[in-house]
Amino acid sequence: MAQHSNKMAQVQAVTANRLIDGVVIYLTAKGEWSEKLADAAIAEGKEAAEALLAKANPALEQQEIVDPYLFEIAEEDGTLVPASVRERIRMAGPTVRLDLGKQAEGKTA
Amino acid sequence: MYRYDEFDHALVQDRVKQFSGQVQRRLTGEITEDEFKPLRLMNGVYLQLHAYMLRVAVPYGTLSSRQMRMLAHIARKYDKGYGHFTTRQNIQYNWPALKDIPAILEDLASVEMHALQTSGNCIRNVTSDQYAGVAANEVEDPRIWSEIIRQWSTLHPEFSFLPRKFKFAVTGAPEDRAAIRVHDIGIELVKGEDGQTAFDIYVGGGQGRTPMIGKLIGKAISQENLLTYLEAIMRVYNMHGRRDHLFKSRIKILVHTIGEEEMRRQVEEEFAAMQKDGPVELPKAEIERIQAYFAAPAYETLENDPDELNAAFEKTPAFARWVKQNVAAHKVPGYAIANISLKPVGGVAGDASAEQMEKVAELADAYSFSEIRVTHEQNLVLADVPQKDLFALWQELDANGLGTPNLGLITDQIVCPGLDYCNLANARSIPIGQAIAKKFEDLDRQNDIGELKIKISGCINACGHHHVGHIGILGVDKKGTEFYQVSLGGSADEKTSLGDITGPAFTEDKIVGAVENIVETYLSERQNGERFLDTYRRIGMKPFKEKLYAAH
Repeated sequence: MAQHSNKMAQVQAVTANRLIDGVVIYLTAKGEWSEKLADAAIAEGKEAAEALLAKANPALEQQEIVDPYLFEIAEEDGTLVPASVRERIRMAGPTVRLDLGKQAEGKTA
Repeated sequence: MYRYDEFDHALVQDRVKQFSGQVQRRLTGEITEDEFKPLRLMNGVYLQLHAYMLRVAVPYGTLSSRQMRMLAHIARKYDKGYGHFTTRQNIQYNWPALKDIPAILEDLASVEMHALQTSGNCIRNVTSDQYAGVAANEVEDPRIWSEIIRQWSTLHPEFSFLPRKFKFAVTGAPEDRAAIRVHDIGIELVKGEDGQTAFDIYVGGGQGRTPMIGKLIGKAISQENLLTYLEAIMRVYNMHGRRDHLFKSRIKILVHTIGEEEMRRQVEEEFAAMQKDGPVELPKAEIERIQAYFAAPAYETLENDPDELNAAFEKTPAFARWVKQNVAAHKVPGYAIANISLKPVGGVAGDASAEQMEKVAELADAYSFSEIRVTHEQNLVLADVPQKDLFALWQELDANGLGTPNLGLITDQIVCPGLDYCNLANARSIPIGQAIAKKFEDLDRQNDIGELKIKISGCINACGHHHVGHIGILGVDKKGTEFYQVSLGGSADEKTSLGDITGPAFTEDKIVGAVENIVETYLSERQNGERFLDTYRRIGMKPFKEKLYAAH
């Protein structure tokens, strides 16, 4: 299985899939869920990351989301982007169908 | 083709109702994901990178035009206007919402379709030869026996919780177009001593992490004994398959561990035990009942090579090229088998839009007795086209992006969804396939290279059949970067072989160049009439390896 999270990662965010339609979502600082990575809360360091992941629990218990996990964020040209190819594809949509997914819905920014 | 009887209808309707209730309880939070996951998987529902994915069964790859229209309707109404045909001759939808899946299953049931056993540790969709019933030298239509196996294995309580998933493939012809030797059980129809159809049964083939070629365990098993013999194999596997270790849980590991002889001995012992209270035989009347569904359609009396066909060849070279590459001989004079490539350059292997599905349904109605086949190489087939109608058919196909004349050529690749869609993938497959297709786009060059099957998987699970590609490509992840490992000399036909790894993997930037190097080496080494595979088998890895890694 592809590597979902990097234990050495310093900067991370929390993602999941929405139960009702499977759409990729990100946990915000207010403990809400957004379809855009730009809205995601960023945790620096292990403790902050664990605390952030714990904030996913209410939605998990309410059966609103599926499989929340931490993933690594990197800085590229001054913006925060997912470090792995996998998470970049989840954030945007299939690289071979630019007309589909968040990239087509203006939800990548 | 087979039509549901009252039992089939009741069974599918019951399941739609049951799963609709389960989805409802999941959406209202009554059941957790851990409780729901095994239930959704039993109904073909996965959770992938961007959304849920629904895999719909197409038994032995045969579809009616009515079913194809429904697949188009589902693509348009509940998905994003397309579907993906798979190496199990099924179709996958990449974007359905969980809330819509009960409605999709209702729609499917209305045309005698479902998503049962397209996932989970059970017997999966039985696959077969896309030329079933129309190949000149087949023993019998393998779909008769595929259907009998489908009925036997559907919701079979003893085989609903196997150590791991289990795949059957059946061929009726000596030319293996169904890759039977890389299946858990592969069945070849043969003539028994009494002249009746009998079955050679290969067990323990497979790809994935540990590729193996199936061993001939049962020789010329009779029709009456087929299901009992298969049941004996399943029982041995169910008893001794490694439930404790995911990577060792397929039957191929059991056969490899205990050996071919011991496997045969255990199967025969079990088979004998099942008969101790009298023979357990498949009734003749039941065989005949199923055979009747696959009776030949009402062929007209036609001549081979009609004048209008030859005239069209002269007038339209592009049509002649398509016929030469994509049309195969039919057993009935005046008819032809038309292959519809789902591999246009720039496209995604196996994908078809709702409009294309509807067009194929329309063409099947007009020219091929309203029937369509899906191939394990991710193409479609109209199996019964009058030769005199080929030109009209081609014009329609060509106008709808379905006329690519590349069957069996370097751009006709098997490509798994890879990291663009799949939750298990380590690397992307589709862009690699597209880049190779682009590089070899020129049809004259493709034709000069000749038969060359590239198969690409985005992870070790080998959904893209890379182990049996003439050139196999496996995507791997190295510290977050995609790399591609290359193997040569695999084949999934009657002379099945597993590919040999060339050496260190290539980056995304280098993989197309590597394939080009391999092709150039073949072209410089080939002798009269040799295909890539023939040259590789004659000269071996060394010259390819020297060229590939010369700069390193």
